[in-house]
Amino acid sequence: MTAMDDARGKPVKAGYVRPLDFKHGRVDMTHGGGGRAMKQLIEQLFAVAFDNEFLAQGNDMARVPLPPGRVVMATDSHVITPLFFPGGDIGSLSVHGTVNDVAMAGAAPVYLAAGFILEEGFPLDRLRRIVESMARAAREANVAIVTGDTKVVEQGKGDGVFITTTGIGVVEDGIDIGGARARPGDAILLSGFVGDHGMTIMSTRESLAFGADLQSDTAALHGLVAAMLAPVRDAMLADPARGLHALRDPTRGGLATLLNEIAGQSGVGMLIEEAAIPVRPQVEAACEFLGLDPLYVANEGKLVAFVAPQDAEVVLAAMRAHPLGANAARIGTVTADPHHFVQMATRFGGRRVVDWLTGEQLPRIC
Amino acid sequence: MKYIDEFRDGDLARGIAARIAAEVRPDRRYHFMEFCGGHTHAISRYGVADLLPPQIRLIHGPGCPVCVLPIGRIDLAIRLVLEHQVTLATYGDCLRVPASDGLSLLKAKARGARIAMIYSAADALELARRQPAGQVVFFAIGFETTTPPTALVIRQAAAERIANFSVICNHVLTPSAITSILESPEVRSFGTVPLDGFIGPAHVSTVIGSAPYEHFAQEYAKPVVIAGFEPLDVMQAILMLVRQVNEGRAEVENEFTRAVTRDGNLKAQALVSEVFELRRSFEWRGLGEVPYSALAIRAEYAAFDAERRFALETKKVADNKACECGAILRGVKHPRDCRIFGTVCTPENPVGSCMVSSEGACAAHYTYGRFREIAAPAA
Amino acid sequence: MCLALPVRVVEIGTGDAAIVDLGGIRKEISLALVEDVAVGDFVILHVGYALTRLDREEAERTLALFAEAGVRPQ
Repeated sequence: MTAMDDARGKPVKAGYVRPLDFKHGRVDMTHGGGGRAMKQLIEQLFAVAFDNEFLAQGNDMARVPLPPGRVVMATDSHVITPLFFPGGDIGSLSVHGTVNDVAMAGAAPVYLAAGFILEEGFPLDRLRRIVESMARAAREANVAIVTGDTKVVEQGKGDGVFITTTGIGVVEDGIDIGGARARPGDAILLSGFVGDHGMTIMSTRESLAFGADLQSDTAALHGLVAAMLAPVRDAMLADPARGLHALRDPTRGGLATLLNEIAGQSGVGMLIEEAAIPVRPQVEAACEFLGLDPLYVANEGKLVAFVAPQDAEVVLAAMRAHPLGANAARIGTVTADPHHFVQMATRFGGRRVVDWLTGEQLPRIC
Repeated sequence: MKYIDEFRDGDLARGIAARIAAEVRPDRRYHFMEFCGGHTHAISRYGVADLLPPQIRLIHGPGCPVCVLPIGRIDLAIRLVLEHQVTLATYGDCLRVPASDGLSLLKAKARGARIAMIYSAADALELARRQPAGQVVFFAIGFETTTPPTALVIRQAAAERIANFSVICNHVLTPSAITSILESPEVRSFGTVPLDGFIGPAHVSTVIGSAPYEHFAQEYAKPVVIAGFEPLDVMQAILMLVRQVNEGRAEVENEFTRAVTRDGNLKAQALVSEVFELRRSFEWRGLGEVPYSALAIRAEYAAFDAERRFALETKKVADNKACECGAILRGVKHPRDCRIFGTVCTPENPVGSCMVSSEGACAAHYTYGRFREIAAPAA
Repeated sequence: MCLALPVRVVEIGTGDAAIVDLGGIRKEISLALVEDVAVGDFVILHVGYALTRLDREEAERTLALFAEAGVRPQ
């Protein structure tokens, strides 16, 4: 036996590096230190999962070609707890969230950057699950995660993992979709059931535990947006008053917050029909239990479109034909209102204003 | 959802609305006070006021236990968490109530205080079981609906000898609140209460029964109709009140027969008497000191009284001078009559009790009613 | 002071524990404040406790009253 043989007498391969122990290993301060341990984490976890030519180059940046058009950029940070929940996890959420922000400009997302803040002690097997989930979500969305960063903070100073993603996409010249473009008379179209994500998260949290078949609706929406653009693209290029005026996805603060945001940005009012808003029975019941209003509950896979009245029907049909818009509905109309009120005709027959959320929506007893 | 959806039916609503419109005397006004935060919420959320004829005016009374909780009591809880190493268990409703020095329980949490939001009294006790090394204090609020669960957990804590658990008791009583409205200064100066009747609380009544209201109907000659929680219940109760007023009757009627009996829940009442006793007086925000209106933990269960365990003293804190909550709670002023409504005092920065909870008269008006008074063009 | 809901009892457990259902959502609650509740009954639930059993006949009677209010001749 020579010094190069291992304990069993077999020769140790030259250049052997002990692989990361994903089963039992944990994140430690060296993984963010910029040295070999960090390089190993990047090579054996991130580069393997995200797998593209740009990452493989091993730079601190990515030099990428862009299709023609105007660049759209968006960023999102994800601090969700719990990290894993029915229907998704922080990884898939971080991909979908930024892809969706870019898509709301009518843009096709192309690249993502991902920054990770890891807490010392975080199990590597959970990190791998999250990273693989991100990779899967990115592949399905047809975007590449081309660059990133990793930092490690001391135990107690992070919630396991925080992820920030930045995305870029490209939108055709002449397509101008934005929150300030809603106009009186526009149809307000909602792509499906609201409240699924927020109530799923609530149901997995401790103090409010109750058994339910709820799932987060987290999804990448750019395919749906493309399907909605297709029938009106030519009309929009010829006349900016046609087609899709504004698009937004109702995340924190729910549908109500989105409507108020757009009303403010566009300087308009809105009138919506409570009976037209799709809410799953379990979400309605869960909201009843906690004294929450589904209009203010978070979503991660829905969008609202403000569409020129003559194009409303064809856009709605395009939404319904797409799997992520199967339950799409027209929920109301934009009005001229100097006070920018979002009014709702209740199922009951009366009217109420759907106002901005005050602080965070907390479950009530009273 | 059974027994919920049917009670929100729009067609039935229109039918009852037509009946109310047909039966109100065109030449008179009907002022009805609804007492229960849940009713305020239902009226606002479903736009019930839109379905009523202009002769009817609904007044939001002091039926919100968060709104009537004095600043001094929140200060007490904040002092407790910031000065001692306890975990304060509280219902979500209390977290944003503004207290002294620009603090609230939520802001105290941001300063490092251990505050756990719970949904049920049982959760508070469970917290204490799970962390035997630390003290857990349950900040108990509520009218008679929420009091029996607190009584239960105190009794349970005693039975299981859970030494690290105690309760700050802020439970208050509905009949006392109604009395204080009927005996308010406006009554003494005008000689009359500007109220024609009461929509009695729904779930408080399942516990206390309909009997306690008979006193008001007789003493003050005001009709009371106990109404269920859903908007149709409220409308039916308004119809019944209109009829009583028209016919010159002052009786206690029960619209919520599916859940309320004359005696109420005797088991719950007995439990409450076992654990609690009446405080001689208790301050209600906006109403001042009200005699025999609140509960304290009995001597037999003193071991679980946080006020005794931590030698807590309530310091009185006056409300902002411009705040009109007192008058609003008594039904003599409207939120728009308050100088600081909607400007200094908003749901984001509530100055007075009526703005603090979404059921408060001012919060409800701000969120739901404000737009009616501004000429907004129809769609 | 009133966020309470009518829910259906689907399972009775040990002690005062029970499981109720509302629109497909299940929750564990306590029956400590009520007596003689059986599976299939409806109870009024508040902060995790049943306050009373819902009288289903009275519920139907109340609904009938609502309908009658609408059709009674002037």
